[in-house]
Amino acid sequence: METLLGIDYPTWWFLVVGALFSGYAILDGFDFGAGAWHMFFRQNKSRETALKAIDPTWHGNEVWLVIGGGTLFAGFPVFYGTLFSAMYTPFILFLLFIIFRGISIKFRNMEEMLWWRRMWDWSYSISSIMLAFLLGVVLGNILNGMPLDENYEYVGRGFFEFLNPFSILVGLTSLALFMMHGAIYLLLKTEGKLFNRIQGFLNKGMAFFIIAYLITTVYGFLYLDHLLVVFEENKILFVVPLLVFLSIANVPRLASKKQYGWAFIFTSITISLLLVVVAFELYPRLLLSNPSIENSITIYNAAASIKTLKIMMGFVAIGGPLVLLYSYFVYKTFWGKVKLDQDSY
Amino acid sequence: MDVEILSRIQFAFTVAFHYIYPPLSIGIGLIMVVFESMYLRTKKKEYEVLAKFWTKIFAITFGIGVVTGIVMEFEFGTNWATYSRYVGDIFGSALAAEGIFAFALESSALGVLLFGWNRVKPWVHLVATWAVFLGSMFSAVWIVVANSWQQTPAGYHIVGEGMQARAEIVDFWAMVFNPSSVDRLTHVWLGAFLAGTFLILSVHAYYILKGRYVVLSKKAFKITLVVAAISSLAQLFTGHSSAEGVSENQPAKLAAMEGHFEKSAPADLYLLGWVDKEKQEVTGLKVPGGLSFMLDQDFETPVTGLNAFPEEDRPSQVNAVFQFYHLMVAIGMFLIALSLFALWQWKRGKLFEKKWLLWTFVFTAILPQLANQFGWFAAEMGRQPWVVYGLLRTSDALSKSVQANQVLFSLILFFVVYLILFLLFVYLMNKKIKSGPDSDIDFDEGSLNKEIAEVISK
Repeated sequence: METLLGIDYPTWWFLVVGALFSGYAILDGFDFGAGAWHMFFRQNKSRETALKAIDPTWHGNEVWLVIGGGTLFAGFPVFYGTLFSAMYTPFILFLLFIIFRGISIKFRNMEEMLWWRRMWDWSYSISSIMLAFLLGVVLGNILNGMPLDENYEYVGRGFFEFLNPFSILVGLTSLALFMMHGAIYLLLKTEGKLFNRIQGFLNKGMAFFIIAYLITTVYGFLYLDHLLVVFEENKILFVVPLLVFLSIANVPRLASKKQYGWAFIFTSITISLLLVVVAFELYPRLLLSNPSIENSITIYNAAASIKTLKIMMGFVAIGGPLVLLYSYFVYKTFWGKVKLDQDSY
Repeated sequence: MDVEILSRIQFAFTVAFHYIYPPLSIGIGLIMVVFESMYLRTKKKEYEVLAKFWTKIFAITFGIGVVTGIVMEFEFGTNWATYSRYVGDIFGSALAAEGIFAFALESSALGVLLFGWNRVKPWVHLVATWAVFLGSMFSAVWIVVANSWQQTPAGYHIVGEGMQARAEIVDFWAMVFNPSSVDRLTHVWLGAFLAGTFLILSVHAYYILKGRYVVLSKKAFKITLVVAAISSLAQLFTGHSSAEGVSENQPAKLAAMEGHFEKSAPADLYLLGWVDKEKQEVTGLKVPGGLSFMLDQDFETPVTGLNAFPEEDRPSQVNAVFQFYHLMVAIGMFLIALSLFALWQWKRGKLFEKKWLLWTFVFTAILPQLANQFGWFAAEMGRQPWVVYGLLRTSDALSKSVQANQVLFSLILFFVVYLILFLLFVYLMNKKIKSGPDSDIDFDEGSLNKEIAEVISK
């Protein structure tokens, strides 16, 4: 098989898609986290400030989902078709929450009425919580595997099968992770009383995450043997989970020193490293077929043609830096603490 | 109902609903760029007020456009898994390109456009406005390329057989510039300009009629009218060119658009009509041999009819394709007539004196929207029974693992949610339009006269 720098193209594409989803999780992750905390703010002004902290940038963050989806579709069409049609209802729900999350942010401040704002506050917060949870549920099921036939079609029982204990645990862990991440982002964007209040949230968020993460990890160790094979075969790889632990431990340390900028960097690194662990657990598989393991989807039987992958490597090489440049410019423009003023829509 | 029909209804419904918004964003975006550029050039406050006002409207259309757009990307996987595997190489890469090269640009710049007025220099803000507009134009490029490839596949080869068959790219640029891409893209762009400009004309005509922001609105109306007139005229050419392309590449679709059944005979052009598929007859008002003439400048040239194709390869809803196509054309003609008439009245200095004309503009905002919808319905229903023309049948493109009750459930959910969205859209648009542009300077003739009168009476 053709390679680039000694790595074959499906593997390159596995890395690209992974990097894009990791970018998405870091960026929209703090939006979801901020949304999840939203109803814990009691005053209208606090909610407005928290909303304004993400308002100019969440659109740009959501782009990563669109790009991630497109690259997954183009790069691994077999996996895309199977995963989305298998998890039909979870993905439809995800879409509806994406819709409500977006319009809640847009519409909330367009009317003064109290009931109007309450309604969108609830809709925004519930959507954010459900999006964070559903992303985890999807990931949990990818790790868990599902029954596939020889044409890589899902042959399981559907919706309730996806709400298995492990996937629910991963869902809760991802919600907790984003709540921790989002609280830190809000700390970077707020000041005064609100800031103090969010510090309290962060402590709860960190506790929630660490508990959820530990339970999920233990459960995975006990019941999902297939995820451990790679680490047992290459002991050196245990360094990755170790880094995850260090990175997580660093967050409360930095938070106690009130170095929230660094704390944010470390929650971002934690998100990436967790996905690196996932990548090792999967590679070269994308979706384990359980019980008929020979029907599993791998990066090789799911990949588009090498030519397409090469073309898209070109897209990413040209477009990737551009996307980063836009993001840099937008974040720079809205850098610093949120001020409530007139230029909101 | 079975999975196929439910999935088709769901996709048609979600994509048709989505398509209310992006054309508005593109069209309004164009005029926003014009207003803001004029503001920077002339430093006249009124252009700033106009640019800011339309940015507010834009925020609503763009917001709904984005959230309803992701739905289709997911639906390819959820409802059309076999299709996704078949075209992933090609359709998927066009979607990925859209995300990387277009959507990223518009969505990032949107933050600066909406919230950056007081944070960046005026020229930087103008760059952001341009970026959002160009981003939305590029989005249209990749989406239309992807769809056009389904209509007129090119630059691919088929690998594997049966369930494993897939189309793979052989020549990327041949795929991008497939035979229908350019015609359809220009047609879509202009359709979007028409949707946006006629909304702007509608709102400013309404203000003029109500005696609000009259000076401001007259200015905005005239600028927008020029763009609308050029777009509506240009649409005639892209439309004609598209139809010629369809006759070459998708003869069964063209035959359905004109209700032409005979295998090979001179074809008529109908102004309006009704197709009876069983009797293979069209009743209506026609130009005999008109279609032949349009395609070949000769009333006698034979055109391939529906009977030249086996029953299973013809679009089944011939009358619907015919009607959607003819309604689109009729609206296009009306828009040309209306904008040219208005230009003529402007030349005579009577543009704003005819109330009926302004009222016509107020209600015309809906027409380009309908024409866009009808055009797509004609194009997509005329493509049937194929999802990828000549290669993959719609009935073979479904997700094998999805059950009818799942799709029914999601269809009902989308229906309810989109109904709510649409009501909100109408409510908020109405509110923004009623409350009008924010402006500390009053550009209003009426109130200005009152002030002068007060000064004089003192």
